[in-house]
Amino acid sequence: MAKSDVKVLGFSPSPFVMRARIALKIKSVEYEFLEENLGSKSELLLKSNPVHKKIPVLIHNDKPVCESLIIVEYVDEAWSSSGPSILPSDPYDRAVARFWAAYVDEKWFSALRDIGSANGAEAKKAAIEQLIEVLVLLEDAFVKCSKGKAFFGGNQIGFLDIAFGSYLGWLRVTEKMNEVKLLDEVKTPGLFKWAERFCADAAVKDVMPETDKLAELKASAPPSS
Amino acid sequence: MAEEVKLLKTWSSPFGLRAFWILKLKGVQFDFIDEDLSNKSPLLLQSNPVYKKVPVLIHNGKPISESLVILEYVDETWKQNPLLPEDPYERARARFWAKFGDDKVLASIWNAFIKQGKEQEEAIGLAIETLKFLEEELKGKRFFGGEKIGLPDLALGWLANLIGVFEEVIGVKLIEKERFPLLSAWMQEFAEAPVIKESWPPHEKLVTKFRAMREPYVAAAAQPK
Repeated sequence: MAKSDVKVLGFSPSPFVMRARIALKIKSVEYEFLEENLGSKSELLLKSNPVHKKIPVLIHNDKPVCESLIIVEYVDEAWSSSGPSILPSDPYDRAVARFWAAYVDEKWFSALRDIGSANGAEAKKAAIEQLIEVLVLLEDAFVKCSKGKAFFGGNQIGFLDIAFGSYLGWLRVTEKMNEVKLLDEVKTPGLFKWAERFCADAAVKDVMPETDKLAELKASAPPSS
Repeated sequence: MAEEVKLLKTWSSPFGLRAFWILKLKGVQFDFIDEDLSNKSPLLLQSNPVYKKVPVLIHNGKPISESLVILEYVDETWKQNPLLPEDPYERARARFWAKFGDDKVLASIWNAFIKQGKEQEEAIGLAIETLKFLEEELKGKRFFGGEKIGLPDLALGWLANLIGVFEEVIGVKLIEKERFPLLSAWMQEFAEAPVIKESWPPHEKLVTKFRAMREPYVAAAAQPK
């Protein structure tokens, strides 16, 4: 399959775009990455995602797929014979992975964002406490899903690893900018080690943006797709 | 092994109704419990400790929460009468519209329902813009799923009865037949479909309930500023 048959419209710092790219890497799919200027969206983006006008968009043989987690499931299904499975095979495990991925996008994302937008020391403290509560729940989920293995998905990166791990760059920026440790060796030992393994993984390391670069961006504007 | 399928829902929740529909459409034998959310059962609290919400599906003792996750789980576990197509691209589209329904349609219509005065006018405008995407998507199709009911139809099905309830409470028509001919036709066809038609909660009871839910918003808006 030619590289140009698969395109990703994205913005490198975006965790949502990262998800699509990690999935494609796991499946060894070559693709063309088109970096969007979010202040001036391309015709292709507006045409491919007329409903939301957001990235990421995966375009496969001219057919657009939108919404990052939907893209990950699509990649898993469209290239099912290539590379390891991204979603677990058992329906119950799949339901658990999807449940926590939805939780990440709803509770984790808003808690992380609230730290950045908190006004004043009190508000910031409350926002950080809220995030740590979320992390404790995710630590528990990690223990249950990984069953002693390296990742939520088992021996290899899976759907939930991608869903949550894609936020690690922004997590590190938040830690740095607020001078606080959120992923803690003592409070969340499982996740702490998982984060290191995730960031070092072959499918991830080339697409994880550097913390410093993200910090520069964050200083100017919050992440948006 | 005897199969045990239990659904925790409420008499009125549209999310619970989705799970109810898919189990009925698949011919699955199940029990259901209509929870009193002001007095949640120990089973509910234990089965969905993260959100403490309905619906929860309990299959042979294992709980699954989040209605869209439940729909996919049921579709994968009981393969008769599939709700999702085989083709990965069509599956991605089905998932996209289901998500759009919850993220955008539900949110915008709820806003139109609770807001007052000028804010309500704006909210109604936004809801109509959102509904236009659904109207467009139905071109050439009988259901969102194509020739027969699919995942997005179950996800959006609440429109078929609750829109009428909301319109009655706020005294404003949101889905006018002239403006939304396809959506209006779909609502009618879905409402009268086998299995679906026997499941609707009583209209008057819903009107009473939602009128009561709206009261605090009306009262708050009437407060002198």
